[in-house]
Amino acid sequence: MNHIIALIKKDLLLEIRQQYTFYGILLYVASTIFVLYLAMNQPEEKVWNGLFWMIQLFICVNAVAKSFLQESQGRMLYFYTIAGARDFILSKLLFNAGLMIIMSLVSLALFQLLLGNPLRNPFRFIGFVCLGGCSLSLVFTFLAAIAARARQGAALMAIMGFPLIIPQVLLLMKMSNTAFADIIQVGLWQIILLLVALDVLVIALAVILFPFLWKD
Amino acid sequence: MQDFMQAFMHRKWWKILSIVLLIYTFIAGLLIPLPYETAYANSNLYESMRNFFFHVPMWFSQLILISVSLFYSIKYLRNPNPLYDIYATEFARTATVLGCLGLVTGSIWANYTWGTWWSNDPKQTGAAIALLIYIAYFVLRNSMPDMDKRSRVAAVYNIFAYFIYIPMIMILPRLTESLHPGGKGSEGNPGLGGSSLDATMRLVFWPAVIGWALLGTWISTLRLRVRLLEEKKHSA
Repeated sequence: MNHIIALIKKDLLLEIRQQYTFYGILLYVASTIFVLYLAMNQPEEKVWNGLFWMIQLFICVNAVAKSFLQESQGRMLYFYTIAGARDFILSKLLFNAGLMIIMSLVSLALFQLLLGNPLRNPFRFIGFVCLGGCSLSLVFTFLAAIAARARQGAALMAIMGFPLIIPQVLLLMKMSNTAFADIIQVGLWQIILLLVALDVLVIALAVILFPFLWKD
Repeated sequence: MQDFMQAFMHRKWWKILSIVLLIYTFIAGLLIPLPYETAYANSNLYESMRNFFFHVPMWFSQLILISVSLFYSIKYLRNPNPLYDIYATEFARTATVLGCLGLVTGSIWANYTWGTWWSNDPKQTGAAIALLIYIAYFVLRNSMPDMDKRSRVAAVYNIFAYFIYIPMIMILPRLTESLHPGGKGSEGNPGLGGSSLDATMRLVFWPAVIGWALLGTWISTLRLRVRLLEEKKHSA
């Protein structure tokens, strides 16, 4: 546990010192949504929802891609010997989940500002956004680890990740549709639990498989 | 070093069994009388229902072959023997080919019964996803020149993808309505209509699954043997 906290602290410190990823991604979020606004103006609910989650997908690929590429081979070995692979991947998963939740909330605010506000149930939607950002980041963090090992960038992550992320995205769309109207979705809790179960599965797979990935 | 697969792929009996079963499937599948209720009275399937004996077994055997591929990927991670990696790759490759055939046969069938080649049915989506996942697996493999690293990273991705894919095909059909049998409302299920399978159809269907799975295994082992000979030639 201490190792995990220390590693997250290290990532945070790096972030604060370099101020590259955070502002880079922030700018990416802002400019994508601005271009979207210029192209679409204020779309209807269904389009709004679809665009929102698609943009989250692209933000996630870009936000998470750097997390493993920034560590050089030597530094990797160093972390590996002092903290162990499991702690390392867990710290990355947590850090990226946090980062992605912030980015999702920022893009929600920008969507509200530029693309209009079709939400009837904003608090519920904010909850879904946090859960969604977290779910997306978990899958892509592990894929970033694979892509970094193959010395490839975001392109390979997208190829590997987009087919695998479909269940999460479909569940999220289905959930968030309930935030646009006063409809009662049958089995909403079931869908939420299903998504949480998928997240747990991804974390478990990451923890089990990551040590094999970095063994040399 | 002799393992199960190496002993198995030089046996003859299962290859003969595969041929016999497939000949049986082709003859019986095209000749047996179809259940009148499901084929004519309650649907517009008519004689196209015979595609059931060809289209569905391809998906079943694709699942069987990717499971074999998964088995060898896990084995590779436990004991990094390059042989296991070759097994995993070749089974995944044949599974992808069978998946393509399943998709095409399904699409032709859909054109006649549902009116379009592609109707965004959850099972069609699942099929397309399966192909994308395994094509990504081969792209990932080819992106790494180093043999040892390639095998390990590809094995990790194979395991990860499989364990996401299986829940996915469980979830997808339950989320939306499907045109496939057993797909009305939220009652959708990943497999067949369960008990709706007619007794005579079952007699053709299950042998067909075994026949196609064995044929897939046969093709994979042939490629395997070529690969092993190539390895031998390079190392000599």
